[in-house]
Amino acid sequence: MQYFIQLIVTGLVLGSVYAMVALGFVLIYKSSSVINFAQGELVLIGAYMALWLTVSLHIPFLLSFIITLIFAVFLGFAIEKLFLRPMIGEPILSVIMLTIGLSVFLRGLVIILWGTETRVFPQIFSETPIKIGFVRISQVYLWSLILSVIFLVIFTLFFKYTDIGIAMRATADDQTAALSMGISVKKVFAMAWAVAAVVAAVGGVLLGNINGINISVANFGLRVFPVVILGGLDSIPGAIVGGFTIGIIENLASGYLDPYFGGGVREVAAFVVLVIILMIKPYGLFGLERIERV
Amino acid sequence: MLVLNNIEVIYNQVILVLKGVSLEVPDGDIRALLGANGAGKTTTLKAISGLLKEEDGEVTDGSIEFNGERIDKKSAEEIVRMGIFQVMEGRRVFEHLTVEENLRAGAYTRRDKKNVRRDMEMVYSYFPRLKELRHRVAGYLSGGEQQMLAIGRALMARPKLMLLDEPSLGLAPLLVKEIFDIIQRINKEEGVGILIVEQNAMAALNIASYGYIMENGRIVMDGPADKLKENPDVKEFYLGLTEVGKKKSFREVKHYKRRKRWLT
Repeated sequence: MQYFIQLIVTGLVLGSVYAMVALGFVLIYKSSSVINFAQGELVLIGAYMALWLTVSLHIPFLLSFIITLIFAVFLGFAIEKLFLRPMIGEPILSVIMLTIGLSVFLRGLVIILWGTETRVFPQIFSETPIKIGFVRISQVYLWSLILSVIFLVIFTLFFKYTDIGIAMRATADDQTAALSMGISVKKVFAMAWAVAAVVAAVGGVLLGNINGINISVANFGLRVFPVVILGGLDSIPGAIVGGFTIGIIENLASGYLDPYFGGGVREVAAFVVLVIILMIKPYGLFGLERIERV
Repeated sequence: MLVLNNIEVIYNQVILVLKGVSLEVPDGDIRALLGANGAGKTTTLKAISGLLKEEDGEVTDGSIEFNGERIDKKSAEEIVRMGIFQVMEGRRVFEHLTVEENLRAGAYTRRDKKNVRRDMEMVYSYFPRLKELRHRVAGYLSGGEQQMLAIGRALMARPKLMLLDEPSLGLAPLLVKEIFDIIQRINKEEGVGILIVEQNAMAALNIASYGYIMENGRIVMDGPADKLKENPDVKEFYLGLTEVGKKKSFREVKHYKRRKRWLT
């Protein structure tokens, strides 16, 4: 029982990071129907940026975290302005190819700047695990969970109550109608990329603190696929629920099944669930079914 | 005052849709733009509101002026900020947003955010039904309620001129009357100018002071609404009447179809 709960708790932590990164993914898809294959690279860049600021420039972790977030905002704006803006009105497939190109480009850039060996954050949280009831949880995990929950709440409120958040959802719903309200669609796209870059950076920093960083962090972008498809590509709550679900499933599967299969179940489990869900609910759990009035 | 001076619109750089359209809407007036399908009514509205640019359309000749300022090269966003708001055909509410969020989206360009709340109450006073439904998701409203929402959403921007594209589309006759009454009230009480495009010519001419009739990208006839209602050609082709007050007999139409001549 204790083992089970332990797995659930670590699954929640992993899931919260999934949820963050998936949120960015969903946002871009929702507002501009672009599947962003470079999401994983945004995670990578966020992680390395924070690491570089903390380790090489000796800036306190909290401050470098904040600088990383600000940097991510501008990175998102820049990517949208330089690469996506000229593609408005082009076939969606070309835009998706562009994001694949972008992912290769960004990955290469990171290798040039920071090399390929695994690097770790200096110890920020104390190593002694905290005991809650009979579950032991290391402080890094606990803080990651808390931080990502805070960010998820902030973004949920942002979409629900701010003008720009409502404008973003309106644009996702009906682009031309949004335009007729005087909503600047370009600004909405730029915001979507900025938010996506920010959540990716947060995810990157959290992952980096848990496992250390190397170039393979970028693969996280692909592991988020089951999450977004499970939740529904265009659903923000779906991304959050999907993130936690996949995190827990992966952990349980690898915890209980790895001994029998000799490892690697974690990578497969999410996709098995994905296939099953898609067979039952092709829109994903929370995806928008087209509303039809009868 | 909105003035369209001899505008020409070309789609995709080849298809000439509007061939010299001129019309004007004085401040606070209701004017109707009538015509059959494909006459170019919606294109005219989109040319005014700037939405044309999204569809690869372009005003290639003539000018559109609003209160003395040229707007035909401005973006849709700037035009909304100047006070022209188009209510698009088919209602186009944001289906996955609630009624209240739809209204807030309408107020997006407003600078005076503190008055938004008050204006929301104003919209609810015109459409009490919307107040009951304000936390509902707009996609599940009925057609009439969605049309009310679309008009209410436009009011939230506090426009000086509203462009209504077929507000009666797909609504029951009773609802059409209700919506048109409210449009008239909005015009009187808020002083909003209105340019209304309609297939339901009678309903539109009843509230408008002046009408334009379009065919094949041209304005073929215009005049005060009362005059238009009396004109034999308008009666025949738009109001479905032959002699005064008499229903049209379809047998006659077959044999003696009147040639359209459009003499004023």
